[in-house]
Amino acid sequence: MDLFSNLALGFATAGSPANLLFCLIGVLLGTLIGVLPGIGATATIAMLLPITFQLEPVSSLIMLAGIYYGAQYGGSTTAILINMPGESSSAVTAIDGYQMARNGRAGTALAVAALGSFFAGTVSTFLVALFAPPLTAIALEFGAAEYFSLMIVGLVSSVALAHGSVVKALAMVALGLLLGLVGTDIYTGTPRFTLGIREYSDGLNFVALAVGVFGIAEILRNLESEKTREVLMARVSELLPTKEDFKRMFAPVVRGTIIGSALGVLPGGGAILAAFASYTVEKRLSDRPEEFGRGAIAGVAGPESANNAGAQTSFIPLLTLGIPANPVMALMIGAMIIQGIVPGPNVAVEQPALFWGIIASMWIGNLMLVVLNLPLIGLWVKLLKIPYFVLFPIIMAFCSIGVYSVNSNVYDLYAVAFFGLIGYLLLKLRCEPAPLLLGFVLGPLLEENLRRAMILSRGDPTTFFTRPISAVLLLIAAIVLVVVFLPSVKAKREQVFVEED
Amino acid sequence: MRGHRQDIRTLAAAFERQNGDKMKAISFDATNALCGSILTAVGLFFAWQSFGLELGTAFRMGPGYFPLLLSVVLTVLGVIILVQSARVHHEPMGPIAIRGMLFILPAPIFFGLTVRGLGFVPAVFFTALIACFASHRMKPLWAVAVSLGLAIFSVAVFSYGLNLPFERFGPWVRF
Repeated sequence: MDLFSNLALGFATAGSPANLLFCLIGVLLGTLIGVLPGIGATATIAMLLPITFQLEPVSSLIMLAGIYYGAQYGGSTTAILINMPGESSSAVTAIDGYQMARNGRAGTALAVAALGSFFAGTVSTFLVALFAPPLTAIALEFGAAEYFSLMIVGLVSSVALAHGSVVKALAMVALGLLLGLVGTDIYTGTPRFTLGIREYSDGLNFVALAVGVFGIAEILRNLESEKTREVLMARVSELLPTKEDFKRMFAPVVRGTIIGSALGVLPGGGAILAAFASYTVEKRLSDRPEEFGRGAIAGVAGPESANNAGAQTSFIPLLTLGIPANPVMALMIGAMIIQGIVPGPNVAVEQPALFWGIIASMWIGNLMLVVLNLPLIGLWVKLLKIPYFVLFPIIMAFCSIGVYSVNSNVYDLYAVAFFGLIGYLLLKLRCEPAPLLLGFVLGPLLEENLRRAMILSRGDPTTFFTRPISAVLLLIAAIVLVVVFLPSVKAKREQVFVEED
Repeated sequence: MRGHRQDIRTLAAAFERQNGDKMKAISFDATNALCGSILTAVGLFFAWQSFGLELGTAFRMGPGYFPLLLSVVLTVLGVIILVQSARVHHEPMGPIAIRGMLFILPAPIFFGLTVRGLGFVPAVFFTALIACFASHRMKPLWAVAVSLGLAIFSVAVFSYGLNLPFERFGPWVRF
């Protein structure tokens, strides 16, 4: 069967000693940074991105994927141990996970999270392998108009899933698209918005933007009020869940995996939604709903599985269409472009080893997380005790080295400082940075496809509505936009983000 | 995350308040007013810049066509936020990390200015040292120790380990 020979190729690629090592380093580094409180997966990847650039494309993407899972797992660890989710998708885990830790069951909570994630990771890796090829076949039929409409859907969904004001999120998309256009116009070679600085004629550096907006802005926010953190327990003991625990976590894990896999494909950050949806479902279905909020195992197992399954299936739109589903995937696209790979349906056809290698490495990365992190939990707990004022000079130095190592362009470092300021300003003005990053990555692609589509249709804008696939996609975008502006949905949406607390 | 949730909670509270006693006086939400004006200004700036580029037609779009379209959208959204700021009220902006900005933001700029002249090792050391002062908790001796350790670690990992092509000591410190 095709699927198995493809997977065999993937495991052969990902299983080479060098790639295994890079996957391991990625997972370890990701967890290491992800465990640091207040630093989510996006900031972690933005910071570690540059160290992967010296590697082969396959190894570099495998390592990045490893960093992603590691960072997610690290985020869950801080959520459980200090009630401080590094990422919004693990915010749900904090509700019951922290309560379990307070009841002296921190070890069990961490193990449940790890095992649930592993199960979800295994299932959803298969789903990716199963659904990616047929979707790729469809995507190969896409023309410029379809690509344009598809990107509109992605941008609109990122707006729908952002926190806070919809209008602000839309404005962030527009600003991101504009920033993405800085540089040389591909058709005429005219420099645009470079303010006469020649070093920006290749465009603003994507890594500089991501590090500034996600990394530095986060540091500044943490410096606003320096408080001492309290780590709940000195020792984490009794890691293995009991038979009873296993029985109670099994169904939530399966349901969480299904929910997560389905929602993860949605563009715009399905993992957050998946974790929340899973929590709600478990609370409804439980025969002991009163336990939720006081340390229910199902409240950790379900959302953690959903979260991880969503993280995995969000690779589907990236690998098949080249469209990022969330900021992390936007970073992945940036990494692929720097490696000279044009993300999209051609990747599977032209570089099957890369395509299947990444898919196989997802499962290997998840396996490594379970095997390594449970014994290493003591080390992560110690890390939580490092005072913040020692951490951020280290982060700043690594950010600077990392950004400089991408192109050896000192102007990228000035861009980091500038975007750090912008990112902090946006935080203060309550604007979500995720749509901005998505817009920045898609900006040039969106313009290119728009211009190409208009040339093909000889300047007739109805081409977007007369081509059936494009029309359907635009209809979806319109529906999403109308729905988020409906008063009842608006109220519900706000309620969702409040309950996430 | 915390900030957002509080915002939404106060947002809900503000709605209730408003529905209760129908706005007695016109007042502005400072954050949103600022946000709206900044976005409008940025939109206008990009629009002004786009006009300096060739616009072309919808058939053959010039380099300025799509940016102009986006700047108009951004400006309109900025105005909407500005107008809305008169209606919805949030909690104030909260403390601003002035000391943080003063020391964190110059750190990468300093690195950029000196990495070629001073070389990799001193640049890392001073970058970390500058960043250290962003926290009032950091003692000077500690700051030097952390920066020194960091410089040694980085040169071992990035220069010797990963073989990145950095000059360890640049022309400014060579005699």
